Amino acid sequence: MTEIAIAAEGLRKTYRGVAALDGFRLSVPAGTVCGLLGPNGAGKTTAVRILATLLSFDAGQATVAGADVARQPEQVRERIALTGQYAAVDGSLTGRQNLVLFGRLHHLGRRAAEARADELLEQFDLTAAAHRSATEYSGGMQRRLDLAASLIRAPQVLFLDEPTTGLDPRSRNQVWDTVRKLVADGATVLLTTQYLDEADQLADRISVVDTGRVVAEGTPDELKAAIGADRLEVVVREHDRLTEAAALLGRIGAVDTDVDTRRLRVAVTDRLMALVDAARLLRDAAVTVDDLGIRRPTLDEAFLSLTGHRTDTDSQKETR
Amino acid sequence: MTTALADGWVMTGRYLRHVVREPEQIIIYFSLPIMFVLVFGYVFGSGMAVGGDSYREYLLPGVFVMTQLYGLGATATAISLDISRGVVDRFRSMPTARSALMVGRSTADLARAVLEMIVLVVCGLLVGWQWHRGIGAALGAMGLILLLRLALTWVGIFLGSIVPNPDTVSLIVFPLAFPLTALSNVFVPPDQMPAWLGAISEWNPISATVAAARELFGNPGAGSEHAIALALAWPLVLLVIFAPLAVRRYRLLGR
Repeated sequence: MTEIAIAAEGLRKTYRGVAALDGFRLSVPAGTVCGLLGPNGAGKTTAVRILATLLSFDAGQATVAGADVARQPEQVRERIALTGQYAAVDGSLTGRQNLVLFGRLHHLGRRAAEARADELLEQFDLTAAAHRSATEYSGGMQRRLDLAASLIRAPQVLFLDEPTTGLDPRSRNQVWDTVRKLVADGATVLLTTQYLDEADQLADRISVVDTGRVVAEGTPDELKAAIGADRLEVVVREHDRLTEAAALLGRIGAVDTDVDTRRLRVAVTDRLMALVDAARLLRDAAVTVDDLGIRRPTLDEAFLSLTGHRTDTDSQKETR
Repeated sequence: MTTALADGWVMTGRYLRHVVREPEQIIIYFSLPIMFVLVFGYVFGSGMAVGGDSYREYLLPGVFVMTQLYGLGATATAISLDISRGVVDRFRSMPTARSALMVGRSTADLARAVLEMIVLVVCGLLVGWQWHRGIGAALGAMGLILLLRLALTWVGIFLGSIVPNPDTVSLIVFPLAFPLTALSNVFVPPDQMPAWLGAISEWNPISATVAAARELFGNPGAGSEHAIALALAWPLVLLVIFAPLAVRRYRLLGR
């Protein structure tokens, strides 16, 4: 039996009578990455803050790295690290001073803390900026410093709360590489994200969170299958040729017609062949099109199919 | 316990490093004591007299204490700012003592208060104030003032931890600190006030320290014979109340 690094059962957290978590459950085997995917306000951050001992909860049970979150928070803190949505570093200190400070607060001696700081600065490509204030760092550098601070003492469980929100693609890849290395070394990672592709890249399993509970769970492939296939989409210019075009595309697959927008949709598996076939068929029949392309299911559609409503943040807030 | 002390000390280093990295703050730190002593000591001290004595001799120990009281605002603002920062989340997710942040703030502010004390006394001497009972007693008076400041840092830390917005902290501190100094023996001897006001003023913790400092400096207006005992007791009472409250507040952040 594999060891379970994070286990939560029936977690409930209420803010002023409104449930942020409502029967949240999670089980993450040691040495794997679990992605918590969900819209803003779904309860991802609340779940992470509870598991990282920053927040109390009203009901339920949680164990992290073998310690009970409610009864043994000190032991949990010895074994975890947390990197939040914003860089949790002291902006008034230099990068190196930050890492030395966190090392000492982890009860390393001065020498050991300094040595570890220099090691991490090197590893995260921050040596050149070691003596500059953290406030002067770019967004990507701050996030790297933040991640470095989380790794001062190799944590058994690492919580990453939207680690790449607001980062440019290069910094994003750096964060992803770091996470992969950590997991290769045996750490367990709980990652929250709003990005389907991020969960896809990193997570062994994904839990989709909505209104405070896990509504779907599985490997990225399983979830994608549940979300639905890619589609060929065609917008026909002339209204009176819509039926004709629909008949032509019918040879590729079942056609879904939207008359108002003159839009035809066909679910496809072989995307390239479908595109070539559609282009040839329409050209041979001299049907003029405004748009022709392959559409992947968007995150919005993923949520729509899994949760039955859209990821609209504003309407989320109203209903919460 | 040793871990808690060590963590608190590391946090003190953090706050002192902030000052070193932003040295222009020091100018702001010391503008208040210098201004208070010069304005109150020189302007008022030259124009008024209490009994037969120089008002300046009477006033300055009060101004010393008043300046230290206003330091509470900086403490409260700093802790409120710090708690609103993301870095506190990291501290709280680490195996660091729950008291560390606040012990560090208190110790760092006490270090600052020692420097302020020196500035106050030097400015006092410059405007013509003096101590008359030897350096030992004078140091004792400064020690009592710093003891009050230590207790006040914890009042400030508690205030800063319950006010959610750092901007509102300073707005709260002034209406709190001003009556405490006005309704004390800082400016006017209690026996020259209406009886009920004098009674309030007599039992004000600020008055206790001011009276004891006047006695030890050998300045006029020393007051009752319990002055020194009261100046020891009041700060200890404040400490025993506010330090645990503040740490408890930090422990329960985000609940």
